[in-house]
Parts: sequence; structure tokens; C-alpha cells
Amino acid sequence: MTDISYAQAIRDALAEEMRRDKKVFVLGEDVGKFGGSFKVTKGLLNEFGPERVRDTPLSENAIIGAAAGAAVMGYRPVAEIMYMDFLHECSDQLVNHLPKMHFMTGGKLTAPVVVRTQYSLGRNTGAQHSQFFPSFYMNTPGIMVATPSTPADAKGLLKTAIRGSNPVLFVECAALYGRRGEVPEGDHLVPFGEADIKRPGNDITIVAVSRMVGEALAAADALASEGINVEVIDPRTLVPLDTDTILSSVKKTARLITAEDSCSTCGIGAEIVARITERAMDYLEGIERIACPDIPAPFSPPLQKAYMPGKDAIVASARKLVS
Amino acid sequence: MYESMLTQRMLEEEVVELFKQGLIPGLAHPYIGQEAVAAGVCASLGKGDLVVSNHRGHGHSVAKGVPERTILSELMGKDAGMCLGLGGSMHSTDLEAGVIFSTAIVGGGIPLAVGVALALQMDKSGNCVVCFFGDGATNTGAFHEGLNLAAVWKLPVVFVCENNHYAVSVPVSKSMSAGIVQRAQAYGIPGLFADGMNVLDVYAVSSEAVFRAKKGEGPTLLECETYRYKGHGVYDTGLDYRTQQEVDEWMRRDPIRAFEKKLTDDRLATIEELGSVHDKVKSRLAEAVEFAKNRPYPSDDLLTRFVWA
Repeated sequence: MTDISYAQAIRDALAEEMRRDKKVFVLGEDVGKFGGSFKVTKGLLNEFGPERVRDTPLSENAIIGAAAGAAVMGYRPVAEIMYMDFLHECSDQLVNHLPKMHFMTGGKLTAPVVVRTQYSLGRNTGAQHSQFFPSFYMNTPGIMVATPSTPADAKGLLKTAIRGSNPVLFVECAALYGRRGEVPEGDHLVPFGEADIKRPGNDITIVAVSRMVGEALAAADALASEGINVEVIDPRTLVPLDTDTILSSVKKTARLITAEDSCSTCGIGAEIVARITERAMDYLEGIERIACPDIPAPFSPPLQKAYMPGKDAIVASARKLVS
Repeated sequence: MYESMLTQRMLEEEVVELFKQGLIPGLAHPYIGQEAVAAGVCASLGKGDLVVSNHRGHGHSVAKGVPERTILSELMGKDAGMCLGLGGSMHSTDLEAGVIFSTAIVGGGIPLAVGVALALQMDKSGNCVVCFFGDGATNTGAFHEGLNLAAVWKLPVVFVCENNHYAVSVPVSKSMSAGIVQRAQAYGIPGLFADGMNVLDVYAVSSEAVFRAKKGEGPTLLECETYRYKGHGVYDTGLDYRTQQEVDEWMRRDPIRAFEKKLTDDRLATIEELGSVHDKVKSRLAEAVEFAKNRPYPSDDLLTRFVWA
């Protein structure tokens, strides 16, 4: 095990995969000398050169289109889109093209593109630099979605994504880049579609995504002192979503909390709650959804604090469910 | 090139007929009138050169040598279609023929072609890719992002704009205040113009752009001025926004008849020889139509087979 940051884990995954496979290359805004706006690609240019670490113009649609075109020709591009909000700039390629290349060509093309991006909620970046909306892509068949919450998962999931045959949207969390954690040595791979039980418990199931995993674990500590033992599940990938692990947990606890940094309506929790309700209605005693309100993200720090979900909201929901 | 144009025309006439008979569901966008562009451009390509096509793409497929039976099967949603019936009229992929992909989103093929060209460049293949799109696409952001990126990276791509004067119903005169080919200047790449009703002119100008791309000198924007005789789609008469007189004037410049005249005037072919090409294409198409009609529809298991690779 090595103790490294979330950002370093992603950088290591990129470097290891680029060393392993010459078809892997990186493109995006400022990914070269500058090392990306969050310094995730720092140093890659020195090792791999400008052909494989490509600075692009400020053209998100062309970035994803170029990645898709190179991918169908046998390359494995990893494209960086600076903020998740900017995915809307490339929606045509990301939604109308990439996820459908394999399907609508009757399987003749494959497009193994990894689109790395991050969301910055919690960093006072305002309404256009804070959004987290992975459920939009859960509603877009043909693209997988990963949302790592730890350095180990970030590294293992990214390596798996790069080696796979499908497009993957890989959503990082800026608030986690500096977070450190143990990462297994060697060729560490994490499979898609396998949730991780970050903490076992019998009283309540909490399904938390990305930054909210840490918040859920902090809430779990607080609740344990009150005698409430929660189980914290991190789906790790939202497409494919490991419904079975959540379902078995809920059958044991009878109570479900979902926690995410998206807006509530049609968010990740909405889908998870629907799936569990369909399959475990008779087991359920209570459900709570924790998410941002259906309001654009505010800038002013006190407003942002009021807006963001966190440990306290989870604790309050848990108490409500067991009362 | 003559056989290619004739096949494109006659295939499209079959498509219109099959659509009327209810055998082609959904949408189809006839290429009739624009045949010289596909024929001239594709004739300038060599082995390993590729094409990215669009919603009005049947002509491109024919010109690249995709078998008519797989085109018609796809249009009818049959199992022997080039995309097994999952794509339809607007989606063509035949890797053997070099048709990589065709998109139904106007302008969407441009960034993709840039990526294909990037792969060709990184492979040091010496090949190029042609991206076909219409005048409407030149007003999308994808056009500007794509041409700029291709220019910056000096990619082996030829952007072929088929200016047929109308984006569905809106004429070019109402959608842009300057010409198309002039836009090349903004990206520091050559902009070339060809008479899209003259296959030899298209061939000559396209050859120059293809040569440049393959030599590593980067992309070219090639505007071919042409006209679609039919409406935007098979359901459109095309006469709500154009006059019959205008259509007739363009039809007098028909690229196939003009090329026939050229071939016979220059004694490169006799009327009898052209007639035998016509007969050959006609019987090949009749066979292709029968083939497609007789193929089964795909089985339901195809629904889930290619969602994930």
C-alpha cells in the first residue's frame, strides 16, 4: 500500500496506462505544460511528449469529437473537460454520438473514450462551475459513469475505464483531489458495476456518491455513538449500477438514505429509490433522499453552506428513520 | 465516375419509390442532383482513404463502393443492412468500403472526422479522410471548432461542403452574410471552390485538396456548389420555398447529362456504351431491391446486442 492523494492516484493511473499501451493518449484544455487546471496531468507531457499529451483549443465539442474519431480508429483517448458544467458544451458529441457509435453501426465501431471531468461544489465557484449531474448520463444508454470517492477507487476505476471497450464518463471531485488514502501497489484495477461497502452496519443503508461518501462515513461515526449502526455503500459506478448490493443491504436494514451532490429531482437517489422500491417494497420502513435543493448553486460562502448537503443532513435523516 | 453518378441517381429514384410504397420507414434525404460531388470527390481518393458522411449520404456510400443491396437493406430496416438495421437511412458504416460513419446531426460529423484524421496522422498512414456536409452545417459551432482544430494540428482531412443552397427551407442568402469558401481564411487553410454540377471540376479540385492532405500540409475546405432536385426529405416537395422555375433551371445543368455530353462530344464513349452502363446499373439495382425486399427484419435480440461493446 502507498499513501497518496486522489489527484496523484489519477495521475499514476494515466501514466501507467500510457506506458502499458501506446494507443492511450490524453487531450484537453491546458493538460500539457500547465498540467491541467487541477494539476492532475502534471508531468505527463515530460514523459510522453506533445503527441500523446495534447493541449487543445477551447473547443469542448471538438475535443470529444476528436477523441471519438480517434477511438473508432483504434486509439484510446482520455479527454479532459475542465468542469463538469462544460459537458453541456460538448453534449452533441457526448450524448448524440459517442454512446451510440457501437449501437447504430451494428457493432462495427467501438469508441473506447474516457472523458475525465470534475465537479467543484463546495469551492465557492458559483452556479456555472459547481454542477454535478451524473444522472443525466444514467439516462443516456451507451456511456458508463464512474464517480470515485477514494484514491484507490480513482486509480483502479480509471485503469479499468481506459482498458475497456466502451465510452466512460469519469467524474472526479475537486474537493477530493488533495484527500489522501491507501492505494494498493502494482496493477490495481477496480471492476465496474461492483459497489463497495465502505462501512458495514445493520440499522440503515446509506448509498453515498463521490464527496458524500466521506460525509456519510463521518455521519456513521457520529451515529455509532448514539447506537445507530449504518451501512455505507459507495456504488463507485453509476452505470453499471450494482443494484443487488444495495438491495441486499436494504433487505437487512429496511431503511434507505441516498446522499449525493446533485440536485434532488431526477437525481441519482431518485433512480436508486425507484429501483429499490420496485424490488423491495415489502421490506422498506423508510426512505430519505439527501441532495442539493432544486436551486442553482449560490456563490456566497454562507449560502453555499446552506445549499450543500453534508454530514449533518445525513445524521438528521438517520435519526428520523430510526425514531 | 459516370457509373457512380448513374447508380446514385437511380438508387435514389428507387428510394423515393420504395418510400411511397411504405417499404422505407422513417426519413430519407434524396441526393438527386448532387451526384457529381460524391462521384468526383470519391474518385480522387485512394486505397485506405476514408469518408465521414451525413444524413444525405446514400450518394457517398455508392461512390465509395458500398454494395447497393446493403444500402437498400439498411434503408428498409432489414437484417442485411450495413448496420444490421440499427442505423437506418442516415447512418452508414462500411469499413471495407471506407465509409467510417455518417451522422444525422448536422455538423456533428466534422469533429469526428477531425479525430479520424488525427488517428491517420498518428498512424503515419499517408491516408486522408473526407468529411461531407451541407451549407447548413457551416453555421454550427461544430464546423468552427472542427476546422480550427484540424488546422492547428495540420490534419489530413478534406472538408467538403455541398452547398445545395438550402438548409431545409432557409436559403443561404438568409443564413450567412458572406460566402462559405471564404471562411477557410479564418482558419488559415486553403478554401477551394468547385462547380458541383461538373464532375470533372469536382474531381480536379478535390484531387488538389487530397494531395495536400496526404502530403501532410493539412486540411482544405472545398465548397461544391450544387442543387438538390427533391425536397429536403422524401416527404417534402421542395416547392414551398423554391419555385419550379428555379428547380428547372438547375435541372438543365444536370451533372449526369452534362457528363454524358462531354463523354460523347470528346468521343470517349458512344451513346450505345453509355446505354449499356445504364442497363447494367438498372439490372443491378433491380436485383438489390429484390434482395432487400426478401430479407427478414432483424430479430428482437438485436435490440440489446450492441448497447455495450
